Amino acid sequence: MDRRDFLKAGAALTLLSGTASAFAMRGAKVVVIGGGYGGATAAKYIRLLSGYTLDVTLVEPDKEFVSCPLSNLVLGGSRKLTDISRSYATLSRHHGITMVHDLAASIDTRARIVKLAGGSTLSYDKLVLSPGIDLNMGSIEGLAESQASGQILQAWKAGPETLALRRQLEAMPDGGVYAIAIPEAPFRCPPGPYERACQVAWYLKNFKPKSKVLVLDANQDIVSKPALFKKVWEEQYKSIIEYRNQHKAMAVSPKDGLIKFDVQDDVKANVINALPQMRAGKIALQTGLANMANNRWCGVNYQSFESSVANDVFVIGDAIQVAQLMPKSGHMANNHAKVAAAAVVAQLSGLDINPAPMLTNTCYSYVDDRHVIHVASVHEYVAAEQTFKVVQGSGGFSTGPTELEGRHANTWARSIWADMLE
Amino acid sequence: MNHHSLTATLLGSAMLALALSTASTALAIDQQTLYTQSLAATCANCHGTQGKGVPEGSVPKLAGLTADYLEAQMKAFKSGERQATIMHQLARGYSDEQLRALAAYFASQKP
Repeated sequence: MDRRDFLKAGAALTLLSGTASAFAMRGAKVVVIGGGYGGATAAKYIRLLSGYTLDVTLVEPDKEFVSCPLSNLVLGGSRKLTDISRSYATLSRHHGITMVHDLAASIDTRARIVKLAGGSTLSYDKLVLSPGIDLNMGSIEGLAESQASGQILQAWKAGPETLALRRQLEAMPDGGVYAIAIPEAPFRCPPGPYERACQVAWYLKNFKPKSKVLVLDANQDIVSKPALFKKVWEEQYKSIIEYRNQHKAMAVSPKDGLIKFDVQDDVKANVINALPQMRAGKIALQTGLANMANNRWCGVNYQSFESSVANDVFVIGDAIQVAQLMPKSGHMANNHAKVAAAAVVAQLSGLDINPAPMLTNTCYSYVDDRHVIHVASVHEYVAAEQTFKVVQGSGGFSTGPTELEGRHANTWARSIWADMLE
Repeated sequence: MNHHSLTATLLGSAMLALALSTASTALAIDQQTLYTQSLAATCANCHGTQGKGVPEGSVPKLAGLTADYLEAQMKAFKSGERQATIMHQLARGYSDEQLRALAAYFASQKP
């Protein structure tokens, strides 16, 4: 019985029962690339929504998941890296997902084969690609060399580099300057750089109060929660944080501790944390899936997250060309994953893809070790415009930082990690 | 093809599908259920997969609460009658019909 016969049989069942239902194509193979907020969630939900009938393999080089959300607290010193790390073993065991700890080296979207760096191959009926971002080191002169030598770090993917940046802050003398350079939007985690400024300032305020935090932003204004961050900086970190807009970093020179800008004067700092432009993860670029914004991001059909250039390939998370007001966040990647998972299950069962998928987003930012602010939104798929839009009247901001939201943020983290990994 | 033979053909196909679907217990995937599960999954980030929550969390576990209670609370958040840090902002993103479907879904989940 081939797939077409199978679908016919499914349709027959539908006729009999009067409502649309079908069996997922048994033994169909789904490969998920990337074990972050998007990929791990997709792997779990494809198993869950298919009633555990579809075969799912998750390809992820790391043995442990390390969360980007909350990783700024490791820089601030109130959390350890182990607090924000989780094993993949539970996901695999609870949901019967085959974990392959390897790197996806190439994808043949015609033959539907993924080649792994270790030499083996995986064939697929459907592929979910959640490759995250690639830091475009070439967008700032001198950055690639100074990152290779360990002098100027990004720590925009949580892990060993987070700890290395923390060590730089610990080694900085009191009275020193930490400077974070922010690229033009869009970038991964819109509130992330500003939360990081808070976390570093919190550490410095407690241990090295004569020090400064310079926020050097290529954008016109703070990209996320501007009023709230300004309020916090004024109230809690007035003598420490200085914000400068329209500072687009063009070059770094680690030996002089300098950042050079396109227009503004050079800035000198003890610890430079320069974030370059970002783009879809390498494998997406290499496969030709990044077809938007000068080949930076991957175009998708928002109803299913299927690539606009390759059939049976679903791209989710930070790598996609976003719809209006859709942030590149872990929460959003988790929600993309669920829409894509449902679409994969529907397609492999011969059912219609959900005509009206929904997404939520919540971004909590810690302004110190306990107080938190948020931005939230709900997004609906608008079929007439083939895009997601924020539901009118939904979403909003905190009124100010509170400990209650600190507890909610902590619950959010534990819940979403469980939602993707347990 | 008369009505009886059509039915017989359909039944035959259905039985074939059932037989192939496994030696087993696999259930057919219902389209509407898939959409509802998908909608409810937008709550899981904070309330846990299928509303099961996490131990000692600061947000409620939804699984197994009554549909009437859940619907009333979500509508109270939506109208602003019940205050919150964030839930009023999220509840306003869903239609009353969606809130009703969510309430029924979480009520039917095992806590």
